[in-house]
Amino acid sequence: MSDNLLRIRDLKVHFPIRQSSFGDTSGLLKAVDGVDLEIERGESVALVGESGSGKSTLGAAVVGMQKPTSGHIVFDGNEYGNGRANARRRMRDIQIVFQDPVSALNPRMDVGESIAEPLAIHGVGSREDRRHRVSELLELVGLNPQHADRKPNMFSGGQRQRIVIARAIALQPKLLVLDEPVSALDVSIRSQILNLLLELQQRFGLSYLFISHDLSVVRHFADRVAVMYLGRLAETGRTADVFSNPAHPYTEALLSAVPLPDPKAQRTRQRVILQGDLPSPANPPSGCRFSTRCPIAEPICRETSPSLLPVRPMQQAACHLRVPALPI
Amino acid sequence: MKKPVLSVEDLRVAISGNPVVDGVSFSVAESEIVSLVGESGCGKSMTAFSVMGLLPPVASITGGSIRLDERQINGLNAKALKSLRGNDMSMVFQEPVASLNPLMPVGRQIAESLLVHRKLGRREAQRQAIAMLEEVGIPEPALRARQYPFELSGGMCQRVMIAMALITRPRLVIADEPTTALDVTIQAQILELMKRLRTETGTAILLITHDMGVVADIADRVAVMYAGRIVEDGAVDDIFREQKHPYTRMLLSTIPRLDGSDAKSFLPTIKGMVPDIGQWPEGCRFSTRCPLVDEECRRMPPLAPSGPGRDAACWHQDLIGGLA
Repeated sequence: MSDNLLRIRDLKVHFPIRQSSFGDTSGLLKAVDGVDLEIERGESVALVGESGSGKSTLGAAVVGMQKPTSGHIVFDGNEYGNGRANARRRMRDIQIVFQDPVSALNPRMDVGESIAEPLAIHGVGSREDRRHRVSELLELVGLNPQHADRKPNMFSGGQRQRIVIARAIALQPKLLVLDEPVSALDVSIRSQILNLLLELQQRFGLSYLFISHDLSVVRHFADRVAVMYLGRLAETGRTADVFSNPAHPYTEALLSAVPLPDPKAQRTRQRVILQGDLPSPANPPSGCRFSTRCPIAEPICRETSPSLLPVRPMQQAACHLRVPALPI
Repeated sequence: MKKPVLSVEDLRVAISGNPVVDGVSFSVAESEIVSLVGESGCGKSMTAFSVMGLLPPVASITGGSIRLDERQINGLNAKALKSLRGNDMSMVFQEPVASLNPLMPVGRQIAESLLVHRKLGRREAQRQAIAMLEEVGIPEPALRARQYPFELSGGMCQRVMIAMALITRPRLVIADEPTTALDVTIQAQILELMKRLRTETGTAILLITHDMGVVADIADRVAVMYAGRIVEDGAVDDIFREQKHPYTRMLLSTIPRLDGSDAKSFLPTIKGMVPDIGQWPEGCRFSTRCPLVDEECRRMPPLAPSGPGRDAACWHQDLIGGLA
């Protein structure tokens, strides 16, 4: 518990919704609405959920690209919004990798320049040192150091994602936010990139916040998982526990929606197929946010919002029916 | 065996002289779902576009035949193809929102093929469109029919696309990555819908996907493509039980599994990547990435029968069981 690199407490990110052209705000879109999360050193925590669940907004808040409305984020013992020196250090220590490596690289810059850019911005080493470091980084991510003077269009999608990863680790960060890092890649390339990320983690003790909608990848990659639904956490726990014994009906539904690459198992499997779409985060249901799609919802679910409560050691879920609060 | 609705024989497609589809044969029967799987650049979308007569101007069919209910449709003129598309065959694309007309209510978009192909009156076409929306599981279909694509979610837009594709009860639907852009919960709904509709309407479905889970869920038969050729085909259960081509074998083993056990272990990988068009190696196209490669692989292995209902194109089928 003491080795938390990142600690998030009651984080909220709300966006005003403008409806008229005069910029009047008519409501709030609560993208992240009271989330607690920790990441330990060297740990991979996955954030899963459907589009619109707020997982990318949470990632952006951790990197500092999105200012939280309220709540606390403590990184390596220092709270966000606590002095410029801290902010600057955090910019080195936390990096992000996005889904689409094509738009993440400047097409007019040599890839070596792109990788060296964070080093230059933070004034690390001389030009010569940086060139040296770029070669080292390219080799580390499995590319030929001689290709540093090529433009991104000379590389395939998988190779470009390696370049983006090289740039992200250039400043020796402690935490990488990986926002769907393999979703845009072909199947045979996906496993190569996942292996690279695992290797870098083992080698440098990196922590990962892994944002993904692909539960099979999460099962393979993450130590712990947090399931998000409309801005709140529905369930958290060790990946193996949550996947084999999901407590929240939403987790159950998500897992059973993933088709298994095994036709026989797939045919005989009990599945929960959710009806309808994710409700709009601008107008979430009252009570438990999942109650409108939940197959087991009861009246209490529409009235009060459940809090995250322990199910078993290291696993928590927010469900009135599955994890009833003890009477006080 | 049922008569094929679609049969493709030795199809060849080239882009400015370079082959992209190189002798592909398969068929799809009534009510059957056949899946073409493979990574980007293997030619699966070009195969689909050839069938629909929608190849981009730089690409052209250089050989082979495509038959819809025994009638050859490659080489038909634009007008004849137009009368088939949206009537006897239709297509569902990956990006539902981008594929719909943003300026037209969805009901009218669905009704359009009835107006064009069936010469129905506007009122009757609209009535059938609303009935179709209901059939694909859209609540309040009469209200939704009057709405524009931006007012609907991605999953609903995909249902609209499917309604559009099925309104004329076509013989063949080609679905190109129909659920790739959707969340898993919505994907599950759409796959259930496709399974139900093919039994109800008898439509033959050619499903193009890279997702082996989707294949296992709804396909009856599978053809695996690599660099312009089919390297293996067969019934879905057989292919998943035992692979007769190293590419299929390795493709399946590189996928992380939801029911897997070895968390945080290194996944098996296929070295390198799919060769670019025009850079295909001599002989077996997979030879540059294959662990079983030897002298023999310099000759192109033919796609030959390998067990009942099975074909494979590999000289070393007996060694595949030993691969990771």
